[in-house]
Amino acid sequence: MTTASPVRWLARRLLLAVLVVFGSATAAFLAMELTPGDPVRTLLGTTPQTAEATERIRHDLGFDRPLLVRYGLFLGRLVTGDLGTSYQLQEPVRSLVTGQLWSTVTLALAAFTLALAGALVLAVLTAGGRRLPRRIAGFFDLLTISAPAFWIGVLLLTVFSFRLRLFPAAGGTGLSGLVLPAVTLALSMVGTLSQVLREAMERSLEEPFALSAKARGTGLLGLRLRHALRHGLIPLVTLSGWTLGALLSGAVVIETVFSRPGLGRVLATAITSRDLPVVTGVVVVSAAAFALITVAVDALYRIIDPRLREVGT
Amino acid sequence: MTDRLPVPIGSRGEGPAMTAAKSETAVQDAATGARERTGAVSPDRRAPSRGGTRPAARRAVPRLPGAGTVIASLVLAVVAVAAVWPELLALRAPDQVDPVHALQGPDGAHPFGTDQLGRDVFSRVVHGARLTITLGLGSVVVAVVAGTLLGLLAVAGGRVLDEVVMRVTDVLMAFPGLLLALLVVAVLGPGTTNAMIAIGAASAPGFARLVRGQALVVRESGYVQAAVVLGLPRFSVFLRHVVPNSLPPVLVFATVHTGSAIIAGSSLSFLGLGPQAPAPEWGAMLSEGRDYVDLSWGLGVFPGLAVTATVVAINVVGTRLRRRFEGRTTHGEH
Repeated sequence: MTTASPVRWLARRLLLAVLVVFGSATAAFLAMELTPGDPVRTLLGTTPQTAEATERIRHDLGFDRPLLVRYGLFLGRLVTGDLGTSYQLQEPVRSLVTGQLWSTVTLALAAFTLALAGALVLAVLTAGGRRLPRRIAGFFDLLTISAPAFWIGVLLLTVFSFRLRLFPAAGGTGLSGLVLPAVTLALSMVGTLSQVLREAMERSLEEPFALSAKARGTGLLGLRLRHALRHGLIPLVTLSGWTLGALLSGAVVIETVFSRPGLGRVLATAITSRDLPVVTGVVVVSAAAFALITVAVDALYRIIDPRLREVGT
Repeated sequence: MTDRLPVPIGSRGEGPAMTAAKSETAVQDAATGARERTGAVSPDRRAPSRGGTRPAARRAVPRLPGAGTVIASLVLAVVAVAAVWPELLALRAPDQVDPVHALQGPDGAHPFGTDQLGRDVFSRVVHGARLTITLGLGSVVVAVVAGTLLGLLAVAGGRVLDEVVMRVTDVLMAFPGLLLALLVVAVLGPGTTNAMIAIGAASAPGFARLVRGQALVVRESGYVQAAVVLGLPRFSVFLRHVVPNSLPPVLVFATVHTGSAIIAGSSLSFLGLGPQAPAPEWGAMLSEGRDYVDLSWGLGVFPGLAVTATVVAINVVGTRLRRRFEGRTTHGEH
């Protein structure tokens, strides 16, 4: 296993990804089974039904089958892309998810771009530099890491929507509606990113190659940009799993703060109304997206850093 | 440069550093969590690589606490007083309604203003400390207890059990922690205890792997081997030597993790899944106050300020504790 073949490596990683999705689907199924209360009753709502009618519906929906059979059926439907039907909205979960997906992806991409840009600027300006700017940047990092995203959101709303009336306070769908949510989500992540980036850059600035570049007369800014930044980017790639998770869970909170449509908000409302098929659908879909992107990033990693190919992970 | 080879995400890090790092993906992050992860980049597991392995970071831990640590400790002391004895600080009862003075801005009588029912925001923030702290600390306790039991079970229970526990935690840690917590809340239903269990369960896998990694290291150490050679029963060696010596890193990681647990707890409350109204939990207060911030800005500022100040303080103190601890164990391990 000194030089793992890329195909074999990819196959292994994809297998793990499938395992993760399968695991999350199983967790989702168990969640539905463990939830107290009768799903048929929940589906019927408050409309009074005769006992026979209830039983017929139960039979039609397959709720009277044994557990393992239902598990098999659930997995079978999942493979064909059927995520079930929402209890509350009487709508297929699949169309609910696909309808809201784009809004969340837009938010996540915008926020990620902003956060990355912010972290790069902060780290490049302060890494290995003077004490005061480093301390200020460090305090900013600590503050944004410690402030809950929903509070940043409420603060921005108070100032920019209610005081200055620059942006819509709720539900804006266009670009003006994207600004505050994206900035909020970016702020909740920028601290961690810049902290990691700066530390990695400072570590590489202590390396002999940095010293030799300095000796050749490279200025500090050039040193950071040309030499340290490259090394700093590797831990950022390592962080991509965290980043994705932060984007996804951030979306849940931030879409709620700004009353913005999206997957996160669908999830939040579904949990409050205990609409289990929607919850499990969103969880399975995000687990799948998460697993796939992780594989992609791992592959990217091996391209960025050739040393890894030799290790044969 | 070779000692800085990054370990790709998803590759199974069995060492304590890697586990600590991965479980941090769990909920929102603590300041130190970030450092935790850079530490994890180093595959050099002989050194306790969490945090500053570079000499500069070591040097940066002075014997006397700095101004930051002192301020952070004071903040924590105030929060602790508010949590234990809120009546000492609060001006009135947290649920004392006064519609005539509803939605007033901060003034002498109401330093943080009043909410839509005329309740004093300052008093509610003070009374909220207990709820928020209980939720955060409670979930850490759940995570530590469940994670420790699971991790020790994996080590003590033989190869098959170990494999099962590891693969399950693999899958659990492969997707975002808040999502896991939300799934658990969806099953259990909203409420303080359930939110606590949910966040604890979501971060337990990280603790389980940390304990397991630590216990494996301790089991191989000289004094444990000596005890085995002396003929002491395996079980009592495990209980008397392996378990107690596997726990300190867990406690340190728990301190570092508390900040993110508090954020996660108040996030769930903000979504209406934690303590229910009229409980003055900080996240829940912000969610209620969100609709009135144009009338009384105090509603949107102070509860969030309380969460942030508490978490900053915990992160500052936690980082310091962790660095001191690492300084001590550098020679202890191996």
